[in-house]
Amino acid sequence: MAETLSISQASEAHALSLEGVSRRFGALVALDQVSLTVEAGERRAILGANGAGKTTLFNMVTGDFRPTAGRIWFFGEDITALPPHERIRRGLRRTYQNSMLFRGLSVRDNLYLAAQGITRGRYSLRRPRRDSSELSLAERLAGYVHLTQWLDTTVSDLSHGQQRQLEIGMALAGAPRMILLDEPAAGLSPKERRDLIALLQALPAHVGFVIIEHDLDVALRVARFVTVMHNGQIFKEGTPDEIENDPDVQAIYLGGHHG
Amino acid sequence: MTISSASDLEQPRLPSLPVKPWQILVLLLLIVYPLMVPDFWRLQVGAYALILGVIALSLTFLAGYGGMVSLAQMTVAGVAGYAVAIFGVNSAALGLGWPWWVTIPLSLAVATLFATLTGWLSVRTAGIYTIMITLAIAVAFFYLVRQNYVIFNGFTGFAGLAPPPVFGLDWRAPLPFYYLSLGVAGICFAAVVYMSRSTMGVALQGIRDNPRRMAALGFNVRAHRIAAYALAGLIAALGGILLVWFNGRISPGSVGVDRVIDILVIAVIGGLRHPTGAFLGAIVFVLLENFAIDLIDRERFNTVIGIAFLAIVFFSPDGLLGLWDKASRASRTLAGATKDWNGR
Repeated sequence: MAETLSISQASEAHALSLEGVSRRFGALVALDQVSLTVEAGERRAILGANGAGKTTLFNMVTGDFRPTAGRIWFFGEDITALPPHERIRRGLRRTYQNSMLFRGLSVRDNLYLAAQGITRGRYSLRRPRRDSSELSLAERLAGYVHLTQWLDTTVSDLSHGQQRQLEIGMALAGAPRMILLDEPAAGLSPKERRDLIALLQALPAHVGFVIIEHDLDVALRVARFVTVMHNGQIFKEGTPDEIENDPDVQAIYLGGHHG
Repeated sequence: MTISSASDLEQPRLPSLPVKPWQILVLLLLIVYPLMVPDFWRLQVGAYALILGVIALSLTFLAGYGGMVSLAQMTVAGVAGYAVAIFGVNSAALGLGWPWWVTIPLSLAVATLFATLTGWLSVRTAGIYTIMITLAIAVAFFYLVRQNYVIFNGFTGFAGLAPPPVFGLDWRAPLPFYYLSLGVAGICFAAVVYMSRSTMGVALQGIRDNPRRMAALGFNVRAHRIAAYALAGLIAALGGILLVWFNGRISPGSVGVDRVIDILVIAVIGGLRHPTGAFLGAIVFVLLENFAIDLIDRERFNTVIGIAFLAIVFFSPDGLLGLWDKASRASRTLAGATKDWNGR
């Protein structure tokens, strides 16, 4: 009973909570004692130079790799030992830095898989009915990320920007509570960046996200709180204004030339 | 969440099952074929190719759609064959003598369970290691049946195995047996084609292409792979029962390493990209097996099939299906060029 109570209190307090998470790859310490909390519905940016440990942090949260030390809590539940698919079923979503789409399948099939991944019909040996809820969700998601007219296009035939949109569309399937976006604006044209910002700003208020982004313009416009990482550790936290004007951050991340 | 309406979209493409005129023609040909040929062509070529095609189809399903190359598919077929012999009636009077309506479903269940366990063991590995672990299972089963006399009757195996006389028909007669094989092959083929666009099938192809991404969409990759082994196991088991009826006997030689490799050769010769490949490969294999003696000495069959295998894989890694695609692309290009030329 006491445990249930503490879990519910924790879930009210934090959507995502990392306690002393470390990850070593041999002699390399990619993440060093990282503790971080993100509230439900919060939009957080993670900045840092290449090799700062940002993507490794995401990999720890989604379970792609297990941490060497530390614990991870998602809405009050300790998910440190859960396999990736169990974390996804709890409302965690992610997009990848390098496109991880099914390039030989159509946009519809990619979105359909994303919609099906969090339902009970995953093992169905039947073809989906034309009016199945997952197929119509796939179509609605395509509309949401402006890919309706490319539904039957094979993913390898999409432009880079459209592939990034599709990544986000797939992350929105089901009932996401927290999305981890790994450099979604990388390689986008200025117009595609504007569209991406609009898309992220239009996400429902209860859907929080953590965004890794090298483009400060994108990161600081969509996030209300910023965490700066350096050498596998949390270096600084604050509002976009505080971070942008912080001389330490400018020194390590911006080379002191920004602003 | 505000999501734009998609009601004006065209109908989803996923559930369609197009049947082209040439496919109907092939089906008709398969039905009338045994009426036009002697028994040898009905049984030794027709039925045998269909049966080997069914077993190879189980590998095509696993490898083509799931990216898992299992060498244990002939072994699964062998488990079903041995189960039919042990549960049913055989000439060694060692069978339990249970009726066919118990024996057949039970044999299918035992072989599917065996395939599921094989899957459970081998999905921990990938690539060459999957091939090695399934080969190890196949070799272990071969030695088990050869050395165990209490259950498997050792080196001798079982003889006197025949399909039960259901509906008063002698299903072992060439014509009924051809149609029985065609029926089972047709059902398995249609099931795999249908399943390839089912949720399970699309998920399996997603897992083949990017297992990490599938896990990040909520799919339990291991469970899906094991389920694929179970489904492929059921198909191989159906082929295994037909094969034991075709041969009338089963012995360790039926599940030896050379038979295990034959299935891989058939599937690769035909092409792993589509279920058709398994049957194309089986036809070529059976024709070579039967007529290699006319080309070269009987003992040299393995040389002939080896050269054929090398030639097909060398010229088309996608097997005969790949050659067919190349030929149709070339003919389209030629037709286009001719049209352009005439249009000048």
